[in-house]
Amino acid sequence: MAMKTAESMHWTTDLTAFSVSHVVVMSRTRSPIRSTVGLKAVMAVTGLVLVLFLVAHMLGNLKIFTGAEDFDHYAHWLRDLGTPLLPYGWYLWLQRGALLIALAGHIWAATMLALRARSARPVRYAHRKKVQGSYAARTMRWGGVIIALFVIYHILDLTTGHLNPVGDPSRPQANVVADFAPERWYVTLFYTLAVVALGFHLRHGAYSALRSLGQQTSQGERRARGLALLFAVALSVGYLVVPFAVLLGLVS
Amino acid sequence: MNLTLRIWRQTGPEDKGRMVTYPVEDISPDMSFLEMLDVLNERLTLAGEEPVAFDHDCREGICGMCGMMINGNAHGPQRGTTACQLHMRQFTDGETIDIEPWRARAFPVVKDLVVNRNAFDEIIAGGGFVTAPTGSAPEAHAAPVAKADADAAFESAACIGCGACVAACPNGSGMLFTAAKVTQLSLLPQGQPERYTRVIGMVDSHDDAGFGGCTNAGECTVVCPKGIPLHTIGRLNRDYLAATAKHTGRS
Repeated sequence: MAMKTAESMHWTTDLTAFSVSHVVVMSRTRSPIRSTVGLKAVMAVTGLVLVLFLVAHMLGNLKIFTGAEDFDHYAHWLRDLGTPLLPYGWYLWLQRGALLIALAGHIWAATMLALRARSARPVRYAHRKKVQGSYAARTMRWGGVIIALFVIYHILDLTTGHLNPVGDPSRPQANVVADFAPERWYVTLFYTLAVVALGFHLRHGAYSALRSLGQQTSQGERRARGLALLFAVALSVGYLVVPFAVLLGLVS
Repeated sequence: MNLTLRIWRQTGPEDKGRMVTYPVEDISPDMSFLEMLDVLNERLTLAGEEPVAFDHDCREGICGMCGMMINGNAHGPQRGTTACQLHMRQFTDGETIDIEPWRARAFPVVKDLVVNRNAFDEIIAGGGFVTAPTGSAPEAHAAPVAKADADAAFESAACIGCGACVAACPNGSGMLFTAAKVTQLSLLPQGQPERYTRVIGMVDSHDDAGFGGCTNAGECTVVCPKGIPLHTIGRLNRDYLAATAKHTGRS
């Protein structure tokens, strides 16, 4: 009998201990966004916003194949969008604002996670297999830096026109054609490298975003991987056909 | 077989540590990797040197005690195998083998190849339990569990907590372990009442222990001796996001 009482008392103490830790869990005050899982959700959502823009931008680029007039008209239409509800050019600035916020969130979350990862392994391995999982996954961070540098160059080139041989904002088609002329092969080369980096980034990024937002079955994983690969290839090809068409003289 | 071993030697937590080269001779291809280290240690002991410290217990691949980086692979080159179940026939005569401890801030080196994995216990303490006393195993028909859920829960429950996922992760993340421990409870009826507080508590403990974040690189699942699938982490992510949504404004 005495044994039994001791045993039930033991249970009681255990339960108290558990309820205490339970209360601690319930009353947490830290921001879930800053947890490693929350940061990944931020990366996923901001990444998907940026991807929507990439798709629209790529489709817009393809207008170059329907003629210089069409392409230039599309560029002007983007500035005209939303008028008279919005003053001229405002839509584009709203979009730029939204993209900038998404980009800032994406880079912020990536930096926080990269810093965490760095501090999580203070002593490196002397012998380490470089890749066992996915190559694209292992190159996300440096790939992201390359893409960011390219975006800066790209804006100075084809948005502001500072680094463009023509640099006339009223004639975007002429800017593009001058940009990828055969004698400026290094521009095409850099553009190609950046787009390939983007393809790798998206191949892992799109799949990873779905996982971060809760994709949780092996069948879904296969589908997500396939979809991400297909999407990355389609987007990269969509972007690359423009400079190569100019290089080969198909667009002038 | 004759081999050259390059082993991480570290006298204690404060020591800087270094790789030391040891030749070993007449190793049988039928020995396990740990038996090969036993041979080396016997020789070192006879010579009056300090034997190489490494963790091990069951040597049957089910306890999760052993584990070391072997030529940059957690648990060595053979998939789905712990270091104790790895046999020397996986290596070639004359080969040089690099042996290092798990590397993670959350797993400080105690000595040589032994690391302190208390951080995993802290993750469990963060919520990896069911508070209601459930007594002995219930009658199987009392609480029906869908076959798919039972299988997935069992798959996760196979985790032996060896730490290979952390060791292989480029981010030093313990997310595969945490996800396995979340999943084995979140799929069963006994785990439902605390499902959402559990995942938040365990992720908080994981982050506090100094592990990195998961970037879905997939290195962990490749080296996992129990083959815990990567999509287990998606289950954790979903529960975590649901828990966050449920608790908005309440905490």
